[in-house]
Amino acid sequence: MLYRETGQFKSTYQADMAIFPIKQDRIALYALLAFAFVGVPLLAHFDVGMFGRDYLYKAILIPFLILALATIGLNILTGYCGQISLGAGAFMAIGAYAAYNFSIRVPGMPALAAILLGGGMAALVGILFGIPSLRIKGLYLAVATLAAQFFFDWLFIRVGWFTNYTPSGSVNAPELNFFGYVVSSPIERYLLALSFVTIFALIAKNLVRGNLGRQWMAIRDMDIAAEIMGIRPFYAKLTAFAVSSFFIGVAGALWAYVHLGSWEPLAFNIDRSTQILFMIIIGGLGSILGSFLGAAFILILPIVLDQAPQAVGLKLSVETIAHLVFIITGALICFLLIKEPHGFAKLWSLAKEKLRLWPFPY
Amino acid sequence: MASVLGPFLEILIGGLLSGVLYSLVALGFVLIYKASGVFNFAQGAMVLLAGLALVRPLDWMVDKGFPYWGAVVLALLFAGAVMAITAWIIERYILGPLLNQDGLTLFMSTIGAAFIIEGAGQMIFGSDVYPLKLYPTDAWFAFENIFPGGILINKLDVWGGLIAGILVAGLAAFFQYTKTGRALRAVADDHAAAQSVGIPINWIWFVVWLVAGLVALVAATVWGTKLGVQFSIVFLALKALPVLIIGGFTSVPGAIIGGLIVGAGEKLAEAYLGPVIGGGIEYWFAYVVALAVLMVRPQGLFGEKIIERI
Amino acid sequence: MNAPLSQGSAMAEADTRAAKIGDVLLKVENVSLSFGGVKAIRDVSFDIRKGEVRAIIGPNGAGKTSMLNVINGFYHPQQGVITFKGERRSEMRPYVAASQGIARTFQNVALFKGMSTLDNIMTGRTLKMKRGLLSQALRIGPALNEELEHRLAVEKIIDFLEINHIRKTPVGKLPYGLQKRVELGRALATEPELLLLDEPMAGMNLEEKQDMSRFILTVNDAFGTTIALIEHDMGVVMDLSDRVVVLDYGQKIADGTPDVVQKDQKVIDAYLGVAH
Repeated sequence: MLYRETGQFKSTYQADMAIFPIKQDRIALYALLAFAFVGVPLLAHFDVGMFGRDYLYKAILIPFLILALATIGLNILTGYCGQISLGAGAFMAIGAYAAYNFSIRVPGMPALAAILLGGGMAALVGILFGIPSLRIKGLYLAVATLAAQFFFDWLFIRVGWFTNYTPSGSVNAPELNFFGYVVSSPIERYLLALSFVTIFALIAKNLVRGNLGRQWMAIRDMDIAAEIMGIRPFYAKLTAFAVSSFFIGVAGALWAYVHLGSWEPLAFNIDRSTQILFMIIIGGLGSILGSFLGAAFILILPIVLDQAPQAVGLKLSVETIAHLVFIITGALICFLLIKEPHGFAKLWSLAKEKLRLWPFPY
Repeated sequence: MASVLGPFLEILIGGLLSGVLYSLVALGFVLIYKASGVFNFAQGAMVLLAGLALVRPLDWMVDKGFPYWGAVVLALLFAGAVMAITAWIIERYILGPLLNQDGLTLFMSTIGAAFIIEGAGQMIFGSDVYPLKLYPTDAWFAFENIFPGGILINKLDVWGGLIAGILVAGLAAFFQYTKTGRALRAVADDHAAAQSVGIPINWIWFVVWLVAGLVALVAATVWGTKLGVQFSIVFLALKALPVLIIGGFTSVPGAIIGGLIVGAGEKLAEAYLGPVIGGGIEYWFAYVVALAVLMVRPQGLFGEKIIERI
Repeated sequence: MNAPLSQGSAMAEADTRAAKIGDVLLKVENVSLSFGGVKAIRDVSFDIRKGEVRAIIGPNGAGKTSMLNVINGFYHPQQGVITFKGERRSEMRPYVAASQGIARTFQNVALFKGMSTLDNIMTGRTLKMKRGLLSQALRIGPALNEELEHRLAVEKIIDFLEINHIRKTPVGKLPYGLQKRVELGRALATEPELLLLDEPMAGMNLEEKQDMSRFILTVNDAFGTTIALIEHDMGVVMDLSDRVVVLDYGQKIADGTPDVVQKDQKVIDAYLGVAH
C-alpha cells in the first residue's frame, strides 16, 4: 500500500520529465545514495560486520562500481544506439594506458585530469572505429570492433612505448592525488569510484532522455526512418561512439588506477569485452538501472559459486567453479534473450508495476 | 632471385594451406548463416568441444590397450555423436524459441551458447592441453632442383588442405544434389515460405548445426594435431569471422577464397612486416584486413549487394 | 504549428480552397529510376502546388512509393531533376530533404518500436533542437528549457491527434490504427512544408479512415501544409485531393482533377487490367 502514485499530480511538464516521477522512487534513491556515501563509511569506521573488511571493497564494491560505469558506456552504444561492440575491453585499455602515459609523461599531471584525458583518448579512438559504422551495420560492425580488440591487445603488449618499456609489461598506477588529498585506503578508493559512477550515471541518464538519446534510439529502432525524419546518422552514431568510449575509457582508467593499482594488457582482453557485453544483456539493453543490475550479477555470481558450495560442505575445485560460471552465465543469457530481452531491469519494472497495484490487482 | 623467391613461396604455400582451415571453419559459419540467418559466434567453441570429445576418449582407449586406429574410429564416432547432441540442444532450446528474432538477438544468443559449450565441454572433458597425433607432422622438401635447399612444406598442412578440399566438394554436392540440401537452400531463401510448403524447418536447422558441428570436428583434428587440443583453439576459430567479412556472409566460394587470403596474408605479413613493427601481427592482421575490405565493399568481396527498402 | 488548432475549417468551401492553392512547390521532371534491370519509374514529370492535396494513385507496383522515396532523397534517380522551393537537385541525403521541410509517413509503419508515443513524436523535433552534447549532459538551463519548449509543441500535436491516453505507451504495443496516427504526429512535429503520406489509411476501418481524413484536411487547411498522398481507397482520394496523378508500370498515365482522372480511359484500363 505504500508504493502508490495516486495523488501525485504533476502540474508541469518538467515534473513529468523527472528521472523518477514517483515520489517513493525518489526517496528510495536518496536513501540509497545517503547510505552509499555516508552510511557505508560510518559502518566501516566502526568496523560493523563485513563493512569492516577490506574484502568487501576490494573484491566487490569497487569492481562493481567501475564495471557498472563501463557497462553504462557500452549500453549507450549497444543498448541505446543499437551498434553492437565486442571491443569494450580495448577501449578500457585505451583509457588506462592513455591515463598512464599522461601521468608519467606530463609533469605535474593531476590524477583526475589523467583519468578524464584517458576517457577523452578512448573517445577519439572510438570515433575512429565508429566511422565504419556509417557504412556497415549489425554483425559486420561486431567484427570491426573485434578488430579493435585484437589490435589494441597486441599494441599494448608489443609496443614498448605505451608501457614505458617496463621489461615485465606490467605498469604501476601513479599516486591518486586529488587536489592535494591522497586516496589510498580501500574505503577512500570506494568513495572515489562511487563519486565517479554517480556523476557519470546522472550524465548518462540526462543524455538518454534528451534529444541526443532519442536520436540514438531512433537509429537503433529504424535507421532509415530516422534519417528521413531529419536525424543525421553520421552525427547520432559518432556521438554514441564518442560518449560510449569516453565512459568506457574512464572506467578503464579507474579500473587500472583505483582497482588494480598495477596491471598488464591481459586485464583488458576479449574476456573483459564479453563480460561487459553480458552485463548489458543480463541487466537490460537500453537501461541505466539495468547496467548496475547486470554488473552486480556477473560480478557476484562467481563469488556466490565460490562460497555457496563450501557453506553446504561441498568442495569444488577452482576450475569447476570457473566452468560453472561459464555455463550459468551462458544459460542465463540465452534464457533472458528468449524470455525477457530487456533483462533484469524489465523484470524490476514489472515487479514495481505489480507492487503499484497490490493488493488490488483490478 | 631464387634466394628471395624460395622463402617467399615457402611462406605463401604454408599460408595458403593453413588458410584452407580458416576456410573450413568459415564454411561452417556460412552454412548456418545461410540456413538460419544466425551469425554463429559459437563456432570456435564447437571446434574446442569437438576436439575435447575426440582426444579424451581416444587417450582413454589407448590407455586401456585398444588398437590405435580402431580407437581413432571409435573416438571420431563418439565426438560426432557429441556434436549431434549439441546441435540438437542448440536447435531445441536456444534457436527454436528465438525463431523470427532479429539478427543481433540471435548473435548474442550464440555468444551465450559459446559460453555454455566452453564451460560444459571443459567441465566434462577437462581443461588442459591434450596432444593429438592423427596426421604426420614432419616436413617435406619440394622443388629442391629449383631452389637451393628446396621449399619446406609441412605435411600436416597438406593433409589439412586435402581434407578441407574434400569436405568443401562434398558439401557443395550435398547442397546441390540431395533433397535435404535443396530444402536447406529453400529455408535459406525464406523461412516462412519454406515452412508453408511443408519443409520441416526444425529438422533442417538441426541438420545444419550438425553439419557445422562435423566441420568443427574436422577442423579440430587438424588444429589439435598442430597445437594440441586446448582452449586457445576458440580464438583461432574466431578468425573465421574476418574471413567471412572478406568473403561475404552468404558466399561459399567467398569463404574459401577469404580463408586463403587471410591465411597467406597473415603469414606473409608476419614474415615481412613483423620484423619492422613488432611480431605477433598474425593476432590481428586478419581483422584489420577485414575492416579495410568493409570500408570499400560493405557486403564483402562476394556478398550480394543489399538493396534497402522502406 | 503555432496557429490555433481549429477543427471546423475542415469544411472549407471549394472556391476558398482554389484560392489557397499557390505556386508550384515541388516539380518532378523526367525522373527515371531503376534497380539493376528493373525500371521502377520511367520518365515521370508532375508538380505539386503550394497548399494543395495531391494524390498519387496506381495499381500495386506502379512505382508510387519509389516516387516518394525519390522525392525525399532516399532513392537517387538515374535521370531527371527535382525542384523543391525553386532549388534544383538530383541527389541528396534524406536528412537534407527533411531539413528543407519534407516529412513523410510510411506504407508499413516505420515507428521507433522501443520508444514511447511521446518520444517518437519528439524525434520529429530533432532538427529544431540546437543544444549541444555538454549542455544536454548536464540538463540545466538552456537544454532543459529547450526540452520543455518542444515538449509543449509536441503536446499540442498529441492533443490534436487525440492520442493523449497513449502518450507514455511504447508504440510497439499500440494497435495499427493508432500507430499510423502516431506516425502522422511524428511527421507533423517537423512542421513540414510538404508532407508525404504513403497509404495513410491502409488497413483501417471506416471510423479510423474518417478520423484520419479529418486530420489530413485540418493539417492542410489550418497550417497550409502541402500534402502528397498515396492511397488505394478511391473514395478517400476523390474526397480529399485537389489533383491526382496516376502511375502504371512506372509511367504517368493521367494527371488532373479527380473528376477528370476518374473518367480517363487509360486509368480505367490500368485498374481493370487491360492487356498492354
